[in-house]
Amino acid sequence: MSMKATTRQVDSVTVIDVSGRITLGEGCVQLRQLIRDELAKGNKHLLVNLAEVTYIDSSGIGELVSAFTAVSNPGGQLKLLNLTKKVHDLLQITKLYTVFDVHDDEAKAVSSFTKAAQA
Amino acid sequence: MTADTSVVEVTLASNLNEVEVADEITRRVSTTAGFDEDDQQKIEMAVHESVINAIFHGNKNDETKRVFLRFQIHPDRLEIHIRDQGAGFDVSAVADPLASENLLKVSGRGIFLIRAFMDELRVDVRPGTGTEVTMVKKTHANMKPYQGGTDREHEGHNTTS
Repeated sequence: MSMKATTRQVDSVTVIDVSGRITLGEGCVQLRQLIRDELAKGNKHLLVNLAEVTYIDSSGIGELVSAFTAVSNPGGQLKLLNLTKKVHDLLQITKLYTVFDVHDDEAKAVSSFTKAAQA
Repeated sequence: MTADTSVVEVTLASNLNEVEVADEITRRVSTTAGFDEDDQQKIEMAVHESVINAIFHGNKNDETKRVFLRFQIHPDRLEIHIRDQGAGFDVSAVADPLASENLLKVSGRGIFLIRAFMDELRVDVRPGTGTEVTMVKKTHANMKPYQGGTDREHEGHNTTS
């Protein structure tokens, strides 16, 4: 199953629901383009929901890192939601778990953007 | 090699579609060898990363070059050989992706993940014939040891599309 991604707006946060495989090639290219499009639209609060991601390789991890820096550099925030065990373990062993702000509750994740914006 | 060893061999062309072929065959072989789902996923990812390295860094995307994949299922381990037709690389020169200066780099985690997921990793550079990566996953006490004699014994594939 190739990667699919849809976006929805929850308050000031753009939630990106990703499913399938984030791997070298089409999956990574799609995710990169989607992040660029959201930034171009001025959406700088991005919450990437990985609940339905079945597989991610080192290129997919690299794409998440790339997305994180692309959003952070202009002052935005990219957070992760609902990691599967596989993705969680991969982020742990690559020491990226502490880099990303990871949530398992969408409402709390969305409100964390608001709090950060008000701070 | 003993009578208890089964071998699966596959030849892949150097293009991205072939990585999915390698993924699928690795899943089947690791299942046949008796690994649980967690180990199957680790083995699949290790082979996936190594095949990508062979295609992109070894064969430089040259579709006339091949990647040779060989699985040997032994009673005590699964041994996997991935050979490309490139110039080779120095595995000791690969940067540590956990170093703070590399943490936010987009690439460079493939070899690290293979080391993390497999029990052994060897890289043999053979000038003129390519680089061969050998990785081993040992069977463990709580899994049923492979006894040989399945319908996949000495199976040979040759995917050269």
